[in-house]
Amino acid sequence: MLDYTAPSTVEEAVRILAATPGTAKVLSGGTDLLVQLRSGRVKPGLIVDIKKIPDISGIREKDGGFTIGAATSGAEIGECAALQKAWPGVVEAANLIGSTQVQGRASLAGNLCNASPAADSVPAMIAARATCVIAGPKGKREAPVETITTGPGRTSLSPGEFIVAFHLPKRPPRSADAYLRFIPRTEMDIAVVGAAVNLTLDTGGVCTDARVVLGAVAPTAVIVAEAATALIGRKLDETALAALDRAARAACKPIDDKRGTIEYRTKVAGVMARRTATIAYERARERR
Amino acid sequence: MSKHHVTTVINGEPTEFLCEPQLTLLDVLRDELHLTGSKEGCSSGDCGACSVLVDGRLVCSCLMLAVEAEGHKIETIEGMAKGDELHPLQRIFLEEAALQCGFCTPGVLIAAKALLDRNPNPTETEARYWLAGNLCRCTGYDKIIRAVLDAAAELRGERASA
Repeated sequence: MLDYTAPSTVEEAVRILAATPGTAKVLSGGTDLLVQLRSGRVKPGLIVDIKKIPDISGIREKDGGFTIGAATSGAEIGECAALQKAWPGVVEAANLIGSTQVQGRASLAGNLCNASPAADSVPAMIAARATCVIAGPKGKREAPVETITTGPGRTSLSPGEFIVAFHLPKRPPRSADAYLRFIPRTEMDIAVVGAAVNLTLDTGGVCTDARVVLGAVAPTAVIVAEAATALIGRKLDETALAALDRAARAACKPIDDKRGTIEYRTKVAGVMARRTATIAYERARERR
Repeated sequence: MSKHHVTTVINGEPTEFLCEPQLTLLDVLRDELHLTGSKEGCSSGDCGACSVLVDGRLVCSCLMLAVEAEGHKIETIEGMAKGDELHPLQRIFLEEAALQCGFCTPGVLIAAKALLDRNPNPTETEARYWLAGNLCRCTGYDKIIRAVLDAAAELRGERASA
């Protein structure tokens, strides 16, 4: 039998989750959870709705960095002009999740903890070096986003733990990010490949720092260190782009499914990495 | 099974109901409150036939538990007309035959109203993307989009009502 509770503090939520290990499910936007409940894929005894906790939704800017509440909807993220300006790639990735209706509810914490290999916001957050604030029985801890998903549908969160917020760091000058996903139509589909690029340029337009992350080409999002190396020290010329393309393809360990074959996903990953890097580079150049 | 007592405002009317925790807002709107304008199409958030506004935000009522409505304002298609007077969107959908079977229409109208409340002058592309989560299997989308843009023009005072 299913029950529902909506604790009003983080501590109360942790207590409830710790007391019901394996049988409770955290509810934020519910756009994945309700579908799984209905299909019987998950059968929790208790739904713990975190949305009554103060500050669990909303975006706060402090000292150039941003804190985004775990349950903040995609729609709210898209409406935050300051966040859009600082982190256009994170915002465009979050806004690609589902329809307008889904955007009204879907959250970053849900997208991450649902642990789909094709989650759109996850590569962008990892490229941004975002961290999660996690509450649990031992208090709060902070962890990089890339440490959370361990495989399809699996996370590294311990019993009683849940994500309360995400931190995006302050950016150096001439920094920008971008996210692109490939789907067979123009809207409302699941990524065949997702690519996120976050980079920083010097005053001459040479890339001094880069992070390249691919989604939907492996069991979890993949940080492609060789792809970042291909960009650093260069001006995004054809040599850099070709090396980026090669590194992105080499990092792919995709599945064959109805959305794309292994060969297709691998080829498209290189193309998407190139296009995304080009957008991030142009955005960063406009910020000189 | 314990039922939850939920206090909401639906279409401006303070409304209370009792519900089991697994029921969706759509289940309660239709089966408990007999507001059957919101439709159940896919029950997975793909078709938009169950679209409602929660605190002014467009959502699928099939993707929200009824208990989550506690303390929130809900607007459904039943609240769109003012008495016998149809909302311009509703009237223009009729005038321009932007529906055939009508099953998707309540969701399309609610979503279109949410768009025009935010953006009184959307481009065709903006309207098409905004409504991408509302599936229609008979009319095709051209008449729907044209009706939405014509209603927007009328609401802006740039087009006489018929």
